[in-house]
Amino acid sequence: MDYRKKRNINQVVWFSTLRVMSFIVVAILFCILGFILYNGASAISWDFLTTMPQDGMTKGGILPAILGTFYLTIGAIIFAFPLGILSGIYLNEYAGKGWIVKLIRMMTNNLGAIPSIVFGLFGMALFVNKLKFGDSIIAGSLTLGLLVLPIVIRTTEEALKQIDDSFRTGSLALGATKFQTIIRVILPMAFPNIITGLILSIGRVSGETAPIMFTAVAYFLPHLPSSIYDQVMALPYHLYVVATSGTDIEASRPIAYGTAFVLIVIVLILNLSASWLRKFFGNKVKTNS
Amino acid sequence: MFIKRKYFFEYLWEGLLKISGGLTSVAILLIVIFLFSEGIGIFNNSAVEEGYSIIVGKDNDVENLSGEKIKDIFDQKIVSWKTLGTTIENHDSIMLLRLDDIASYVSENKIASDFSNLPQIIEQIMKDNPSVIGFLPSEYINKDSDYRILDLGKIKPKDFFFGKQWFPTAQPSPLFGVLPIVLGTLLVSLIAILIALPFGLAVAIYSAELASEKVAKLIRPVIELLAGIPSVVYGFFGLIVIVPLIQKLFNLDVGETALAGSIILAIMALPTIITIAQDAIMSTPRSMKEASLALGANKWQTIKKVIIPYSISGITAGVVLGIGRAIGETMAVLMVTGNAAVIPTTLLEPVRTIPATIAAELGEAPKGGAHYEALFALGCILFIFTLVINLIVEYISSKNKNKA
Repeated sequence: MDYRKKRNINQVVWFSTLRVMSFIVVAILFCILGFILYNGASAISWDFLTTMPQDGMTKGGILPAILGTFYLTIGAIIFAFPLGILSGIYLNEYAGKGWIVKLIRMMTNNLGAIPSIVFGLFGMALFVNKLKFGDSIIAGSLTLGLLVLPIVIRTTEEALKQIDDSFRTGSLALGATKFQTIIRVILPMAFPNIITGLILSIGRVSGETAPIMFTAVAYFLPHLPSSIYDQVMALPYHLYVVATSGTDIEASRPIAYGTAFVLIVIVLILNLSASWLRKFFGNKVKTNS
Repeated sequence: MFIKRKYFFEYLWEGLLKISGGLTSVAILLIVIFLFSEGIGIFNNSAVEEGYSIIVGKDNDVENLSGEKIKDIFDQKIVSWKTLGTTIENHDSIMLLRLDDIASYVSENKIASDFSNLPQIIEQIMKDNPSVIGFLPSEYINKDSDYRILDLGKIKPKDFFFGKQWFPTAQPSPLFGVLPIVLGTLLVSLIAILIALPFGLAVAIYSAELASEKVAKLIRPVIELLAGIPSVVYGFFGLIVIVPLIQKLFNLDVGETALAGSIILAIMALPTIITIAQDAIMSTPRSMKEASLALGANKWQTIKKVIIPYSISGITAGVVLGIGRAIGETMAVLMVTGNAAVIPTTLLEPVRTIPATIAAELGEAPKGGAHYEALFALGCILFIFTLVINLIVEYISSKNKNKA
């Protein structure tokens, strides 16, 4: 009886510890979210979102930073999504088991592990200096695109892997070509998973600072960018400079909170829509079967 | 006709896919080529600042001055030639000669307004003062004159990898010792993982084994969100909340310390550890768990003696990957660690990591110069770190596959 009692007490103690620690992790998240959202909410107004910064960034809005992040993200998406999805399809549907495929897979795996600052270094060496784009939207977009490329590939591959082979063989047996099978059968089925993964990766792109620091962004620009060869301001970099090196750090605190607020809201919206889509498609698939 | 068109599309499509796959693998090759070609360049730079020469009197037989020694001389920390192993009759104390110092050797009206007679003046000074060491622009130095030009050679790999001082803008010889930065990176990352591991493991076990389906479903988006918050926001949070907290708690002058960096990195590494550990725990075969329970073990004993040992390699992979994430993290660390390039001795000191150094200094380093190339070389080190970590993870998971 003693042994049994002891081990049950042991279990209760350990389980409560695990529960408390898990609770702490969740609490930390809400702590960070709450802190930013609570402090940032007071800075947010229509003017804040739609006007230029003023007085050494202690007043005014963050319009150029919002637009800059938008442009950079769109640029990265245009570059990385088609390329990544096609590569993912190739790796999962076409590539055999040869050494070339192994090499490509190893390369993409390693590409995904490279720190973002290294992408920044590379973007600076290739796009800014070698190709002479200068600090520009296009250089930043390409760098960010490279950064999400492995994520897009992995998302696509994972989604395709989940589809049972019977669908492929079934379609082929009906006389469809491989191309038709992929376009008409496999991709529509994998679509929900691909799209949710891609939405989450947009969040990653829009929040990255290190890759664009030396390829695209400026501390402050009096004008909005007019071409893809212009420098831009961007939300994450704006938050960094306002928080650490403004002319008057105390006075620019509200701007920093507001910028962090906008960044968090972007991530929240993307995450919520991803999980909403997951639910939406999940129901749909159920009714189909 | 239909058949033919069908095949045409087929080929086009396949070609397109192949090109995409090829392009992706070219990308990483390009990264490697550019990173390393710029980074290797550091060893082609002379140890003295570009465009300058260091000169000593012709009887001065001092040799093998390292960059650190030169720095100490010009910072006047070394003041006697004897400490450098050289004796100069009656003139032991080192005298410095930089452009600004010339006026203290000769009266200013002797110097021509366009500095055209500087080479002669320098020669005269060197002749009169045998204990002078000069650091002057090479344009004013005569190759065949009465003094000796010290050849410090190029920046040596030994000084780069094991040098203990990082003063990239120091004159006359910039110091690129990456040891403190590398150690700082490892320290901050390892401590971060030590903090994150128990919490990450707890969440993984809890949501995989203990929590009801409802709660487990709630935890997933929380982890996703934690992974989705931009690093600069973490940095901002750390700067405003954690840094002052540490400062107050430990009664420090500045709160920007290695500890602050580790705490922020721990939070940021949590999602990686949790997702991978959770996958590993969930992959434990049901039959194993049930066998353990059927033998009379309670749930905790099953977790401790069956599930964790079974999934240990997956958990290890998560931890290693978490270290990789932490090592490469830039913005958050840059904002909270204080960025002092000294070898860390305690957690309550400012440190500096590789990514933070690159981010902080690349903007100011002139393109193509030694400093610029040194930062690329740091990038190479970082790249190799992550590569090694990735290989370890792949090795662990391939071993795992064999087991299953």
